[in-house]
Amino acid sequence: MKFKVNNKEVFASTGGRPFDEKKPLIVFIHGSGLSHITWVLQTRYFAFHGYSVLAIDLPGHGYSEGPAIESIEEQGKWIADVIDSVKIKEASLVGHSQGCLIALECASQFPDKIKSIGLMGGAGAIPMNPELLDLAEKGDPKAVDLMMDWAHGPAGHFGGHPVPGLHHINLGGSIVINGSVKNALGVDFRACDNYKNGFEAAKKIKCPAINILGDRDRMCPIEEGKKLADNIENSEVAIIENCGHMILLEEAGQSLELLKKFIRKNHPAE
Amino acid sequence: MDPKTYKFDTLSLHAGYMPSKNAGSRQVPIYQTTSYMFDDVDHAAALFNLERGGHIYSRISNPTVQVLEERVAALEGGTAALATASGMSAIFLTIMTLCNAGDHVVVSSQLYGGTVNLFRLTLPKFGINATFVKPRDTEGFKNAIQENTKCIYGELVGNPGNELMNLPEISKMAHDAGIPVVIDSTYQTPYLFKPLENGADFVVHSLTKWMAGHGSSMAGILVEGGKFDFLKTDKFPTMTEPYEGYHGLSFAEEFGPVAFTMKARAEGMRDMGPCLSPQNAWNVLQGIETLSVRMEKHCSNALKMVEYLSNHESVAWVSHASLKDNPDYELAKKLLPKGTGSMIAFGIKGGKEAGAAFIDNVKLASHLANVGDTRTLVIHPASATHSQMDEATLKLANMSHDMIRLSVGIEDIEDIINDFEDGFRAAKKPKLVANK
Ligand SMILES: Cc1ncc(COP(=O)(O)O)c(C=O)c1O
Repeated sequence: MKFKVNNKEVFASTGGRPFDEKKPLIVFIHGSGLSHITWVLQTRYFAFHGYSVLAIDLPGHGYSEGPAIESIEEQGKWIADVIDSVKIKEASLVGHSQGCLIALECASQFPDKIKSIGLMGGAGAIPMNPELLDLAEKGDPKAVDLMMDWAHGPAGHFGGHPVPGLHHINLGGSIVINGSVKNALGVDFRACDNYKNGFEAAKKIKCPAINILGDRDRMCPIEEGKKLADNIENSEVAIIENCGHMILLEEAGQSLELLKKFIRKNHPAE
Repeated sequence: MDPKTYKFDTLSLHAGYMPSKNAGSRQVPIYQTTSYMFDDVDHAAALFNLERGGHIYSRISNPTVQVLEERVAALEGGTAALATASGMSAIFLTIMTLCNAGDHVVVSSQLYGGTVNLFRLTLPKFGINATFVKPRDTEGFKNAIQENTKCIYGELVGNPGNELMNLPEISKMAHDAGIPVVIDSTYQTPYLFKPLENGADFVVHSLTKWMAGHGSSMAGILVEGGKFDFLKTDKFPTMTEPYEGYHGLSFAEEFGPVAFTMKARAEGMRDMGPCLSPQNAWNVLQGIETLSVRMEKHCSNALKMVEYLSNHESVAWVSHASLKDNPDYELAKKLLPKGTGSMIAFGIKGGKEAGAAFIDNVKLASHLANVGDTRTLVIHPASATHSQMDEATLKLANMSHDMIRLSVGIEDIEDIINDFEDGFRAAKKPKLVANK
């Protein structure tokens, strides 16, 4: 669905069902350079099981109007604006990678709006490899190939997509390439690299949180994920075996089961 | 710093499969089953509603077939693939997923004979009509695009005349008009050419041919490039608008770069059902493991045959894009640097009668209606594969009655040449040589 946030057009997938403001809201926040497409194996389930879903395209990504927002702090504030725009008082947030940093910021800045946060591959900071950051800021498609290589665990490199016929690395890469390497991925990587407030934000969060981690994640190693969870008062950690950083796709089934249990407990639907 | 993702030859052997998820079995298991257990009622409902991934019924998907799909997607650089019972069903499925009754397609005039019949005779029964354009007539493709045109369809190197279409140029024209390009890449395989890197949006294959190589199994596949954005035009409402068959799902919104494959599977395989058997998928996988080494030999043998035929007194003409006097020589050098493939067309002196005598007197080369076997194959198209076409269609496809189509195998080149010598000797005096 398309709607306006701060007078700019925003696209969000509603999980294949019309948006219903009477149902509890879950906002899904994608990772660097990506889009709502990455969440398709979580959003449709929640949308058909009692929730309202907004898998947003961040500004300048997917079908949302640009430019991309340059800092994680402002992106966190923008998520609160999204929730206001659809006239809902409180929501749960689900983030992946950079989306986790954004969820942390939003939940720490607007504690009254956020019921619970589900993180996938969540770290307290995402310092970027300087060469990768430089390639992305120059708009070099090699940045996408490097990102896809590092982001995927064995399933990405060999195969076995949960949806028959889909190819992990080529699909992920095409989501990024179909957007803008320079103006979306480059801006996102810089925002991640600049962001230093993750652990401070985490300490302010009082709502329940889960951090779902992959034991083969090279972008957010499990020690980093655990460190973040240690800084959130009411948090739990779940570790998925043989899984890289693209947890939401590589192990879509397991991550959905964990998320279902967590959200149903902390933000129940009727 | 370079990505360490696996490269072509490695992907040919490994892509799509992890032993650790299959009881450690090094070889891909054949999942000879029709259906799959659901965990519970909630799991079943979620699978049927495309809320989660997994297998339901082997008409829709099968784990062995899935390995083949991911492997070909990996080799072509596609976001997704969908394997079918044959190359023809992959082509039919692709067109039926893109088009509705009342739609139109622009098609290269040099195609496999079965595909020509599909566009000329069968699809019009569904209200889908085609305009044929000669492959070298780049502007002609643009001029043939109408308001209701939904794609441009072609084979990079035409069949059987071996004429090239300028895919990068034609793709630009198609994209300017808001329509995708579909390429049948059976003759090239991803070893020689990657259509998706050269402007195409979808690739189809008859895997029956070079991809499998062994000539034992029928199979086809459709591969999606992931770049064509259906939401950028209003030409494809069945991709972009809510679909009744899945509770109002918009394939393009939900699935983006894999929307086409998702729809082709969810709707096409559900309703038309041309599924590939797991046994045949496995057979094709055996062939793909050696794709690079076979293609290399196919191409080097083909070059030797081109040289032999070009210098032969019984040969009137030879068509292969590796020849300097071929009008496509420069384009082929650019698009097909690893080789222009192992299909050769040549004219035999003495016309139809000499052609028949040649075919009846070669012994190593097999006379049959297939191409891309590891064995050398010959046929006289005017009397076989393209015999259902009328004179006008034959002319449009640039076919003559003296044409022999040769699919060069990977036998020892000396043996192929010796065999051809026997054929040519017989062709010179067709009446003196008894039929086999
Ligand atoms: C170029 C081409 N495309 C498609 C086909 C049809 O494929 P199949 O025979 O697997 O149905 C063929 C078969 O000869 C072919 O040569």
